[in-house]
Amino acid sequence: MEVLLAIVIGVLYGGGLYLMMRRNLIQLIIGLGLLSHGANLLIFTAGGLRKGGAPILAEGEKAFAALPSDPLPQALILTAIVISFAVTAFALVLFLRTYEVVGTDDVDELKETDT
Amino acid sequence: MLILLSICFIAALSAPWVYRICPKYTGAKLVAAPLAMFVWLLKKLSDVMHGHPVEQQFSWVKSLGLELAFYLDGLSLLFSLLISGIGILIILYTQGYFKGHPQQGRFLMYIMAFMASMLGVVLADHLLLVFIFWELTSFTSYLLIGFNHESAAARNAALQAMLVTVLGGLFLLAGIILMAGAADTWRLSELIQRGDLLVAHKNYLPILILVCIGAFTKSAQFPFHFWLPNAMQAPTPASAYLHSSTMVKAGVYLLARLHPALGGTEEWGMILTTIGTATFLLGAIMALGQHVLKRLLAYTTVSALGAMIMLLGVGTAYTIKAMAAFVLAHAFYKAALFMIAGGITHETGGETSIDKLGGLRRAMPVSFACALLAGLSMGGFPPFFGFVAKETWLHALGDYPILIGATVIGGAAYVLVGLSTGWKPFAGKMPAELHAHEVPLSMRIGPVTLGLGCLVLAFFCGPIGHALVEPAASSIAGEHVHVHLHLWAGFNKYLVISFITLGLGLVCYLARSLFLKTAARLGVLARIGPEAVYQLIYASVLKFAGWQTRALQTGILRDYIRVTVLTAVALVGAAFYRAGGFQQWENLSPISLRIALVAVLMILAALATVHSKSRLQSILAMGVVGYSMAMLFTFFGAPDLAMTQLVIETLTVILMALAFYHLPAFRHSSSVRSRLFDGTIAIGVGVAVTLLVLAALHVQTPTPVSDYYLDHSYDMAHGRNVVNVILVDFRALDTLGEITVLAIAALGAFALLKLRSGKEEGAP
Repeated sequence: MEVLLAIVIGVLYGGGLYLMMRRNLIQLIIGLGLLSHGANLLIFTAGGLRKGGAPILAEGEKAFAALPSDPLPQALILTAIVISFAVTAFALVLFLRTYEVVGTDDVDELKETDT
Repeated sequence: MLILLSICFIAALSAPWVYRICPKYTGAKLVAAPLAMFVWLLKKLSDVMHGHPVEQQFSWVKSLGLELAFYLDGLSLLFSLLISGIGILIILYTQGYFKGHPQQGRFLMYIMAFMASMLGVVLADHLLLVFIFWELTSFTSYLLIGFNHESAAARNAALQAMLVTVLGGLFLLAGIILMAGAADTWRLSELIQRGDLLVAHKNYLPILILVCIGAFTKSAQFPFHFWLPNAMQAPTPASAYLHSSTMVKAGVYLLARLHPALGGTEEWGMILTTIGTATFLLGAIMALGQHVLKRLLAYTTVSALGAMIMLLGVGTAYTIKAMAAFVLAHAFYKAALFMIAGGITHETGGETSIDKLGGLRRAMPVSFACALLAGLSMGGFPPFFGFVAKETWLHALGDYPILIGATVIGGAAYVLVGLSTGWKPFAGKMPAELHAHEVPLSMRIGPVTLGLGCLVLAFFCGPIGHALVEPAASSIAGEHVHVHLHLWAGFNKYLVISFITLGLGLVCYLARSLFLKTAARLGVLARIGPEAVYQLIYASVLKFAGWQTRALQTGILRDYIRVTVLTAVALVGAAFYRAGGFQQWENLSPISLRIALVAVLMILAALATVHSKSRLQSILAMGVVGYSMAMLFTFFGAPDLAMTQLVIETLTVILMALAFYHLPAFRHSSSVRSRLFDGTIAIGVGVAVTLLVLAALHVQTPTPVSDYYLDHSYDMAHGRNVVNVILVDFRALDTLGEITVLAIAALGAFALLKLRSGKEEGAP
């Protein structure tokens, strides 16, 4: 199972970075999205895959009867998902404005600080 | 000692303010600091004379074994007396030289900071403390040479001096560390008693070479001599102080100090004598071809430093005595001559060439008298202290005919230079276009004191030798040395040699125009000298930096990503290669069909995202990746993640679709070649990350942190959902940070969308 997921992560990383190396601004953002998916999955897989239940105590219980899935990577990823959303949203707006001001969506032309 | 040193540093820092508050006689006020030092040193003279060195130490960084340790024995006493004594005269001289100059305060600050650092070098006992002060002198010297920072020549000379001396400083640091390791102590005073240990150590030769390079760069020894004549760009008070009597002697001091620890071996003798003699002759010969006053003196300084190293290299009790006496003699006449040279240039409106000067004896009688005294002392004429030192020197080299020969040649050059600076500008007829008058009182004190000193020292050479030279020579030799200096040692062969030298020098002086012509013809040699090597290295480094910056900093975002990614892949690859690949494939969970299906779906969706030519398709395919992630999260017991992922993915897709409405369609504008190249990089990354994940699976921490959260989520935080409890309770501060990031991103986005610059609104 892990091997399969590792390949998925590799594909997400490779695809994401490939898109980020294109000249188009939109592809840059989509690439960023794929890359963050890859990163989240990487943390998840590296934390160890356990097919236990959710780390939620049932009503009335005070301790877990069986070992649930690991809560720590989950907490990390939850934060990461939200942050990457913030980054994507900000990047979108930034590029939107860049396009409006500079008039190009070609990353190679964004070499100068003067517009 | 610490207190007095601190006073010197504080006085240095306060100099600009003192000057601003009451500019009159600033120098005279600041002189109090070195004067206090000088008086204290004199008070300690009798202790040191009787073989009781003064020691002081204060703990500084205890955990590193670093302490502010100071040590005053004969050698440090001789040097620190010269530094503080000449320092007093130079500060007074500066007051006259920079009269009315708006930057006088700044200059005084630099030169006093230098003085304090230099005192630190010769008084410090801890090796690292020596190094710190050593570097401080390089740094203050840089500020002083580059004082006229509007002149490009001064800036270049300052940079050159600093690069050469700081490079040497690095070698010295390496040497110091090796030495401390070999002798198992950081204290100089202990180190010099463990000479046997050091000489027998396997690192002896590296230590010796490293320390020598450090000392040679500082003391302008061949092949590092070139920075010193160039440093004459500094204002004259700085040249007189740093580049004749103090800083350049730091290297000599260091080697003299370490003589009991490192000296007495064949290697020591070889290196020091060869380099010292070469520098001695080179400096003397190159001085012959100079006509600019200060450069003339600078080359003889190079030469004199070479002589000190040479005498130290021979390393007998005699030569050490001669060296200590010569240090004293040289400091007196050279500082005096420099001050007079500065005075002449100052009072004649900037004339620097001795061939254009003449007949100044009427206009500047006091300067003339002092110059003559110092110049004759430099030439080694009796009855001056220079003569006494040279006599001792010749006596000491009695068994080394080659070195005697070198001394005769060098000595003749000294006669020529002494006369050229002490006699030539003042004799003969004054050129009509030259206007000159005597220097002010403050600029007279220094030359008069030192010039008369050359004479007085000679007449009292017996007691002086006993009080100053003997303790210094004893510290260098590491055992007690008896010193009896004589003005008249009786008629013997050394006296004859001495007079032959004087005669040869006089002949040379008369034939000086010949040397100038030859020197002009030999100017080509400069192109292959050590300075040319320095320029070549300097230019190459700049060129390489320029090339590297252009290659890496293209300004194209894609290139940055490529470089970063390639570096990361290379590092991960290297780590794998070193670790020797994988060891085991165990603890893998079984493949279930539904997860396999989701995984395949994700791979296909990711490839579709990359490959699609339509924006909407790309976004949707990315959405599929996101939703598949959510599915994976549910399979592996992470319902919170799945929910968040669903919501966020939906939001992202909507947001992108909205934004793309305003952006143009895809244009696949990259070339096939660059797509193939990037594709290769991307595949490389994919493989590297896959391998990384597989490797990470085998890393298991003994007790995962998670267990703590699982156990205590309910009883401590009263929450049943452990993930939520971690986020809002155990790691609540992190979540606060996350929310802040969101808020900032939102603010930024809002600002970008709503705020427009005025320029833009005005544009059509």
